Amino acid sequence: MPTITYAGHDVSVNDEGFLTDPGQWTEEMAPQIARSEGIAELTPRHWQVIRFMRDQYQAKATGPTVRVLGKTSGVTVKELYQLFPKGPAKVAAKIAGIPKPRGCI
Amino acid sequence: MDTAIEKVSIIVSKGSLEGIYPALIMANGARAEGIEANLFFTFFGLDAITKKRHEHIKVATVGNPGLHLATIVGSLPGMPGLMTGYLGHKMAKLDIPPIPEFIEMISDSGAGLYGCQASCGLFGISKDDLIEQVQGITTVGEFYAVAAGGQIIFT
Repeated sequence: MPTITYAGHDVSVNDEGFLTDPGQWTEEMAPQIARSEGIAELTPRHWQVIRFMRDQYQAKATGPTVRVLGKTSGVTVKELYQLFPKGPAKVAAKIAGIPKPRGCI
Repeated sequence: MDTAIEKVSIIVSKGSLEGIYPALIMANGARAEGIEANLFFTFFGLDAITKKRHEHIKVATVGNPGLHLATIVGSLPGMPGLMTGYLGHKMAKLDIPPIPEFIEMISDSGAGLYGCQASCGLFGISKDDLIEQVQGITTVGEFYAVAAGGQIIFT
């Protein structure tokens, strides 16, 4: 399993680059993961989504899909795609250090 | 990952519930993966983006063996509405949005929606008859230009 160094700490990631142990994640790692996903700077709106992903994962052991994010995170679908053009749920999950959300809708 | 799909164009040619949803799910799923997506609505698929029709899309209750319903039963008055209501209820439980809301969401995700010019001519449909999210009515040739460099899925 590949290892990557974020914010000076080695973390295990899967083939797609998602942390395999969300417990290894710290907020200091987020900007570096974001940059590797093409997001130069994390704004407070990005952080609102990232923290929401973490909270949802802790509550439900799975990250929300874009549909759920749009309805419950306080950020609209349109803005979600502006914040995370490469896929809001997928990219925000990666930055938040949780597994890629599964779901077709 | 150099073989990863980066762009898809989905042709929606059917006007039934089971004809439209798969296309919308494919388009929405593409955008969720960061894949560029465009939809081209042709023939009865135009119903999905027509203002007076898109809230009234029905499941086909005859000629649809997958429904496992005898044709004579499926042809009874009110049956399409009944089956559509039943399916709609099940989909709502799974948080699958109704077609108008789903298309709005797909548009918000940055996907392009286009009506087929030939079909619009056939059915007497103008841009004003289509929902506001539609980019425009285009010819097949123009849509191929939109689709350039990507995969095309026909449904």
